[in-house]
Amino acid sequence: MSHPCVVTIDSRSAPRTLFYGDQLMDVDLPTGTRVVYPKPPLAALKDVDAAIRYAINHPYNSEPLYALLKPGMKVTIAVDDISLPLPPMRRPDIRERVTTIVLDLLADHGVDDVEIIIATSFHRRMKEREIRHILGDRIVDRFWPKKLYNHDAEAPDGLTHIGETDHGEIVEINRRAADSDLIVYVNLNFVPMDGGHKSVSVGLCGYKSLMAHHNPKTMRNCHSYMDPAASELNTSVVRMGRVLNEKKRVFTIETTVNNRMFDRPLDFLAKNEDDLSQAERAALRALKLTLDKTPQSLRQAVFERVPSPYGVTGVFAGETEAVHEHTLKRGYDQYLVPVVGQADILVSGVPYISPYNVNSFLNPLLVQVMANGYLFNLYKGAPMLKKGGTMIVLHPCTDKFDNEHHAPYIEFVHRLLPETRDAMELHRRYEKKFASNPAYIEMYRKGHAYHPAHAFFMWYWGEAGRQHVGRMIVVGADNEYIPKLLGWETARTMDEALRMARTTAPPRPEILALHVAPMMMVEMFAEKPLKSLPGTSEPPPSYR
Amino acid sequence: MAASYFDVDGTLVSTNLVHPTVFYMMRQPTPLHSLAKLGRAALRAPMLALAEMQDRRLFNELLFASYDGMSEDRLLTLAGEAFDTVIKPNIYPGARELVRTCKDKGHEVVLVSGALDFLMHLLADHLGGCDVIANKLEMKDRFATGKLLRPVVAGPEKAKLVRDHAREKGHDLDACFAYSDSYSDVPMLSIVGNPAAVNPDRKLQLLASTYHWPIIRLDRAA
Repeated sequence: MSHPCVVTIDSRSAPRTLFYGDQLMDVDLPTGTRVVYPKPPLAALKDVDAAIRYAINHPYNSEPLYALLKPGMKVTIAVDDISLPLPPMRRPDIRERVTTIVLDLLADHGVDDVEIIIATSFHRRMKEREIRHILGDRIVDRFWPKKLYNHDAEAPDGLTHIGETDHGEIVEINRRAADSDLIVYVNLNFVPMDGGHKSVSVGLCGYKSLMAHHNPKTMRNCHSYMDPAASELNTSVVRMGRVLNEKKRVFTIETTVNNRMFDRPLDFLAKNEDDLSQAERAALRALKLTLDKTPQSLRQAVFERVPSPYGVTGVFAGETEAVHEHTLKRGYDQYLVPVVGQADILVSGVPYISPYNVNSFLNPLLVQVMANGYLFNLYKGAPMLKKGGTMIVLHPCTDKFDNEHHAPYIEFVHRLLPETRDAMELHRRYEKKFASNPAYIEMYRKGHAYHPAHAFFMWYWGEAGRQHVGRMIVVGADNEYIPKLLGWETARTMDEALRMARTTAPPRPEILALHVAPMMMVEMFAEKPLKSLPGTSEPPPSYR
Repeated sequence: MAASYFDVDGTLVSTNLVHPTVFYMMRQPTPLHSLAKLGRAALRAPMLALAEMQDRRLFNELLFASYDGMSEDRLLTLAGEAFDTVIKPNIYPGARELVRTCKDKGHEVVLVSGALDFLMHLLADHLGGCDVIANKLEMKDRFATGKLLRPVVAGPEKAKLVRDHAREKGHDLDACFAYSDSYSDVPMLSIVGNPAAVNPDRKLQLLASTYHWPIIRLDRAA
């Protein structure tokens, strides 16, 4: 018996409604296709502020926060940027609640030298209104912009060398944080690859540190990004974080949220289409029709203005690794759906949002990140797709970029990808030159553009998927050349895509479809289980 | 090695060619001389406005006619004050750092400006040492004739001067950068591999968006 979140399509099943960018597409999937749905949202904490206070007063493997404070000390609070959660959380964001309590505690203990840094790493600088969204008016009015600002990985003399790992990885972080007596990190953990040592040693670092793991070789050895124990990226980050934590006092506060992406009127989007009520079916039809008839810019504006009503499911504080262990467990409790048997064909819609296009358009490079990077990697255990299998995604692949946020991406897609798609060659021949473009660096430092090297990182992010997937077919692309640049085939309909995929699949292929969003993950067991699966009455399996 | 070619007025500083010219006109040997200079300039104003719309080079030539009769000594002696009073306070926040970033990345930085060379050399020193391509006044018996020496640095001529400079210094234009605020500098921007619009005017903004050139704002504090 499979998990209740895994639905097998039969001849009477309704079409599945999958995300197609910022629209929805109905697709008829063949009988026998297994569709994986997100788990229902975990119950939210009833008193979040009490949970925060409890966590910082009863930390894991650390003294309580108050015991680390002395009058006159220098403290830096670093905060996750708006790339998470997706979509942004309805106010008050959990980071505001945690930071408010930490600031009150610092004030009570005579700590006045406090600065707050948004740990953007190579992400774009957040705008004031975005910082207001995550930290609230009170904190912004008090600290912005002198004592609350975005990290600048290119600031002259803005980084301090902390040390090197035994693998030669250079650890350097923001000078203010390095000069502080205590770094408090306020995290919002959306997916299992977030948080842990990544928070400080990536969020506040510079190019030298990023180069150690944001490269195609490391990315190829992540199986998957969402399973830290099997991710070389995570292994490298942990080595660097341990060097950092040996030399600097870091107090980590991590929080988890459930997967309530859609508010009540839209929560049917997470449901099995066969179980929708008449009213929900009508609402789904109306929503689909409205999105089809609405211009793209308006659809984007509407989606940007609707934050998600996530509930906070956990607050954990203390020493980084001890904290992160609990965070990961809570995240997996929410996301992991056990599935037995890898697929020959994996189907997924690509939603309109990624961590890198909050308040802007999901451009072709990010569509690639979503497909080859995030969606492919939404597994723990064995990959969802057999090696060399076919992945089918739904997206228009429109050749459109945000000129402000993604300026370097445009040149990457239109000037470099026509030269080569080989990540190793792109890394070797172009990355350093591209990353030192002063115009792009200026746009990163003073404007709101991603760092030029980030475009390469986005391509590397898809590297593990590219190495594993035999064919990638996109359904509904509005042009041929963008998919071709990405190395993808195109199909007008899902039927056509499945026909194409079957030509290289075994007879009676196993088809698995992901019903994202909301967020979920698959715990894939390649072999028949021996004991019961989590959440079912069957025996537990082995991964391979 | 690559080079970064910067237009100056409107790109690195908020002043334009008129501001230092007015500064000099107001510092003639006597107030009467100043009044006469300003009066003549006022009479030429409509012509200047027309020339600005039609042809940048003609505009420069008409404007620099105001220097007719000024002694070289006077021009050079007042240059420091002109720089400190007119140009230095109007350097955009961020201009110095952008120039520094270019130098840190190993670029030769070159100021390419229709302004007068002696003022541009002061700016180049202030920004940490750059090469200069700028207009030079013609002198006769150490007095300005009001004419510019050829080639006049303006519009399409800037592109030729940049190309000549790159060839002379052995820079590959495809690897070079150019920065400007003005649509009139599109020829200069077009010949390098990495053009960027800085505080662009409306027409350049449209062009830069169309061709996906980086758009930088130095005129706003970060």
